[in-house]
Amino acid sequence: MIEAKNIDFYYGDFHALKNISMAMEANTVTAFIGPSGCGKSTFLRLFNRMNDLIDGTRLTGECLVDGQNIYSKSIHVDELRKKIGMVFQKANPFPKSIFENVAYGLRVNNMGDKSFIRQRVEESLAAAALWDEVKDKLKKSAFELSGGQQQRLCIARALAVSPSILLMDEPASALDPISTSKIEELIHSLKKDYTIVIVTHNMQQAARVSDKTGFFMLGDLIEFSDTKKMFLSPEKEQTQNYITGRFG
Amino acid sequence: MKHTERELSALKEEVSQMWRLVISQVEKVKQAYFSGDVEVAREIASREKRVDAFELKIDSDCENYIALFSPVAVDLRLVLSMIKISSTLERIGDFAEGIARHVVENECNKIDSALLEELQMEKIFDTLITMLSDSYVALESENTKLSGKILAKDNEIDELYNKSVDILTSHMRANTDFIACGLKTFLLIRKLERIGDHCSNIVEEIVFYVDAKVLKHGGRENAKR
Repeated sequence: MIEAKNIDFYYGDFHALKNISMAMEANTVTAFIGPSGCGKSTFLRLFNRMNDLIDGTRLTGECLVDGQNIYSKSIHVDELRKKIGMVFQKANPFPKSIFENVAYGLRVNNMGDKSFIRQRVEESLAAAALWDEVKDKLKKSAFELSGGQQQRLCIARALAVSPSILLMDEPASALDPISTSKIEELIHSLKKDYTIVIVTHNMQQAARVSDKTGFFMLGDLIEFSDTKKMFLSPEKEQTQNYITGRFG
Repeated sequence: MKHTERELSALKEEVSQMWRLVISQVEKVKQAYFSGDVEVAREIASREKRVDAFELKIDSDCENYIALFSPVAVDLRLVLSMIKISSTLERIGDFAEGIARHVVENECNKIDSALLEELQMEKIFDTLITMLSDSYVALESENTKLSGKILAKDNEIDELYNKSVDILTSHMRANTDFIACGLKTFLLIRKLERIGDHCSNIVEEIVFYVDAKVLKHGGRENAKR
């Protein structure tokens, strides 16, 4: 379970997240929607401490994963990121073979011998619905894959180190509808083993893949509810105006 | 106004036009029934085709809106309600036509006025017209405060319908020549009672659209809480 408690986040003087609290259950998909600059990606990145890499940022409040504050001093960020994988908007395979892309996390973390790695690569590619398409060309460069395949390869790479949580920052925004559909189907099938949090600008996508949706605006969490409820009868007028396109 | 909102306004206006036509059909069928005016009854039957055409057009426009604009929240509720309301209005139009046919067949139009009064036929018609008009106003103003009043009127219609069974039964017992007409009159009142039920269904759809509450199938009590 992931829980945020009274999160405030600053980029220098800019107050990017304002007193955000929410809880995300295990084995669910949670989507964050909202206009550009609303803080949804900032909030997502808090959960594997990606924002630590940005100078001048400041956080107050608690980010709990399975009851443990991931910003406490006892937490090792590398260990945390094994547990919490991330997939970005643009597929970013390494300039290596398909096999080595997936094996990379296992190798740098010294996770198992050759046969374990081979098995885990196959399992991860299968879980990412890519195995059948690449099993005969594992030694080929990852760059030979299509955009949609590259994105699924990145998902396989994230899955290889056996995380329990998968963070996805607009994972399908650069993909065509067929690849998007495969990613969405994948999200749906991964839910039984992983807790997934996805940021998306595509509201239909949020409606299709998520169990719960959070709507952010200007750093505030305006509404967080069951996706079905949000898209049929949102509580807040701001939410309704945004999802019906009347915003602005 | 954005073009998506203009499309929705146009859709609502189509339903309003259909609604006005159906109210007029029910008003005219009342007139035809009490006056026995066959010409008015025939006019109702011919205008029924326009009611049907409205339903087809609204269905098609709703399908297009869903396909092209993927509505959510209040917009989705509006489109879903419009589909159901137009379908319900079409059924009310059918019942009006059925009653008009009863007038045209002219077999038992001349029912004893004392019996008509006992059955409170005029009150039934007037209550239905009020229900239809009030629910039209509720949609136009997007105000569901009238909903309780309209639903209560359906209960009044149900009571009158239940009473009519006893009244007609005793009349048929006392006068066996009246049995055929008594049964036809009962079927006519049954049609009116169904119109009342449909008006209630329409109100439920308006409440779903405006307040996002589900009143049907026992939801009325939940909605009050």
